[in-house]
Amino acid sequence: MVAFVFTLLNGVLYGLLLFMLSSGLTLIFSMMGVLNFAHASFYMLGAYLAYAIGSATGFWVALFLAPVLVGLLGAVVERFGLRKVHENGHVAELLFTFGLAFVIEEIVKLVWGKTPVPFRPPPELAQPLFSLFGATYPAFRVFMMVVAVAMLVGLWLMLKKTRLGLMVQAALTHPHMVGALGHNVPLIFMGVFGVGCALAGLAGVVGGALFVTDPAMALALGPIVFVVVVVGGMGSLAGAFIASLIIGLMQTAAVSVDASIGDFFRLFGVTLAPGGEVARITLAQVAPMLPFLLLILILIFRPRGLMGVREG
Amino acid sequence: MRHPSTLARMIPWAALALVLVALPFIFPSRTALTLMNVIGINAVFALSYNMLLGQTGMLSFGHAVYYGLGGFATIHLIAAIKSMGLPIPAPLTPLMGFMGGMLAGAIIGSFSCRRAGTPFAMISLGVGELIAAAGLMFRGLFGGEEGVSGDRTAGPILLGLKLGGPFQVYWVIAVWFFIAAFAMWAFTRTPLGRLANAVRDNPDRVEFIGFDPQRVRYLVFMISGGFAGLAGGMAALNFEIITPESLSAFPSAAVLISTFIGGVTLFYGPIIGALFLTLMSSMLSDYTQAWQFYVGGVFVLMVMFAPGGFAGMVEKARFKFLYNSWDWILPRLARGAGAAVALGLGAMLLIEIIVRWRFSGRPLRFLGLEFSHQSILAWILALGLVALGLWIVRMIRASGSEELKGSAVR
Repeated sequence: MVAFVFTLLNGVLYGLLLFMLSSGLTLIFSMMGVLNFAHASFYMLGAYLAYAIGSATGFWVALFLAPVLVGLLGAVVERFGLRKVHENGHVAELLFTFGLAFVIEEIVKLVWGKTPVPFRPPPELAQPLFSLFGATYPAFRVFMMVVAVAMLVGLWLMLKKTRLGLMVQAALTHPHMVGALGHNVPLIFMGVFGVGCALAGLAGVVGGALFVTDPAMALALGPIVFVVVVVGGMGSLAGAFIASLIIGLMQTAAVSVDASIGDFFRLFGVTLAPGGEVARITLAQVAPMLPFLLLILILIFRPRGLMGVREG
Repeated sequence: MRHPSTLARMIPWAALALVLVALPFIFPSRTALTLMNVIGINAVFALSYNMLLGQTGMLSFGHAVYYGLGGFATIHLIAAIKSMGLPIPAPLTPLMGFMGGMLAGAIIGSFSCRRAGTPFAMISLGVGELIAAAGLMFRGLFGGEEGVSGDRTAGPILLGLKLGGPFQVYWVIAVWFFIAAFAMWAFTRTPLGRLANAVRDNPDRVEFIGFDPQRVRYLVFMISGGFAGLAGGMAALNFEIITPESLSAFPSAAVLISTFIGGVTLFYGPIIGALFLTLMSSMLSDYTQAWQFYVGGVFVLMVMFAPGGFAGMVEKARFKFLYNSWDWILPRLARGAGAAVALGLGAMLLIEIIVRWRFSGRPLRFLGLEFSHQSILAWILALGLVALGLWIVRMIRASGSEELKGSAVR
């Protein structure tokens, strides 16, 4: 029971972290039609900037300052990079963000070194918040959930309840009409890209403090975020949310289950060759592969994703 | 327009063959031969990648899967030649890589080629991650972290090639490189190769004239996987070891970068790209810790300003030379070269000053000057060069718009 509850909590936590990244990615995708390959790199930049700022000012200032800086950087990238590449088509845009991810990783390595930096949660959040069935749950994890949910609600309110959100939604589907009505559509695009990157930066501040802050963190999380976006259905925020939670729960659960493929087949009365290699692989070992297996299954059986619209 | 005759088209290939024969005698050192072998392998890999990216418009982030699987197929064959005494000469084993890569392409492509564009790119990334993770999991097949190794000197000897050192291996690599490059070039001239270009440019119209773009993509994907596998097989023969690392995201990214930097619009572009990246990674890495940053920077700048890559630049310059007089070309060439040298050199000096400061390495010595972060002169020189370069770029832009205005008036 205790293991189950904690797995559930951690799974939801991981899912929320994934959604913090995939929400920005989905917004940018539905607006510009480009999947920002460097999105996870902005997540990494958020963590590193928070570490650098935090060592001077403390965690709480960094929590606000780092995402703002990352968002500004994202806006600059859109204005002076992506907008120029846009005329050459989507493949060029994807290539540009891919190159950007590569360059950001190299810059991080050159500035902060190749080994992890000691970026930890602030001491006031490091102690346990509550204990359940005799096991404690750290306060920082709960704080992270609060941040993610606050971000989610804030994003939803901004998109659905404000005039700005109305303009953004209109620009998603009818950019030319919005432009003809006198709104500055390129500015909206730049803003959305910047906000998307800032969200990734915010995820980086909490994610980096909770997990590990090293130059490989972008490459470790990036592909999984893409899986979330494709599985949820490209351009669907609700789909991204569901897919984030599914993948978060699935991966966390798989890591905590101590059973091998052989055990699984034994449930059905089938005994695989006992010395066989396949039978000895445990579910925890398979965990990193699960999101990609899900991706392939989705593509075979439901190519448009969970909540996506059918293509053309 | 007159098309060159078939014979005229063969002239570059004859020249290539001559160069390949001459190279080991011009650069006979062991290091040079080893390097040339790696370049040949990477060139075949990059050419196979360009079948997708340049010729069919499919952006893949996981092409190393086919390279790696081809490599594993070959290395297992090489190991089997020794352990089971199979009568197969080692120089022919890369063919096994071709078949392995093609089989993998046939299986994976059957679902990944259903989508084009961005979804295809994402699927290729997912499949790449999946296979890379599987590579570390199945130790029996992929040998775990240390990989699978073999001995290429076992088995019957073909044409007196004992494959003892890099000089002997060079001939095998060179022949395979020539065959693969020629076959891939010939493929671009087949009906399927032409259809691939049509699918890249306008899939809807391809459907209207009665072809299935999905099927065209799938067929090209399979063949491209085959040639990537061949490159992997050549690598297995050259290194006598293949590790699961070769299936991972790193070689996938490297092949994408080298192909694009070389140029996707022209057939020979990827060869230049493979040459460039291999030389950069083996030589530049001795001089600076920031070499990957330079490669990434060049890549991003190329995507922004020169989507044709090096080959595209060469072709553009060739047209300018053909249709303009020298007094039109020279001032422009001088300005362009001036801007490139000033900007490139200035940026490089700046980066080196900062990087070497950060890692407390020896400061860069250049033109008898020590570029340390403490020397004000070094900072002034580096920043001054960047400013000069930017100023020339401004000048070129201004004169360019003047010319446009002039032509509009006329």
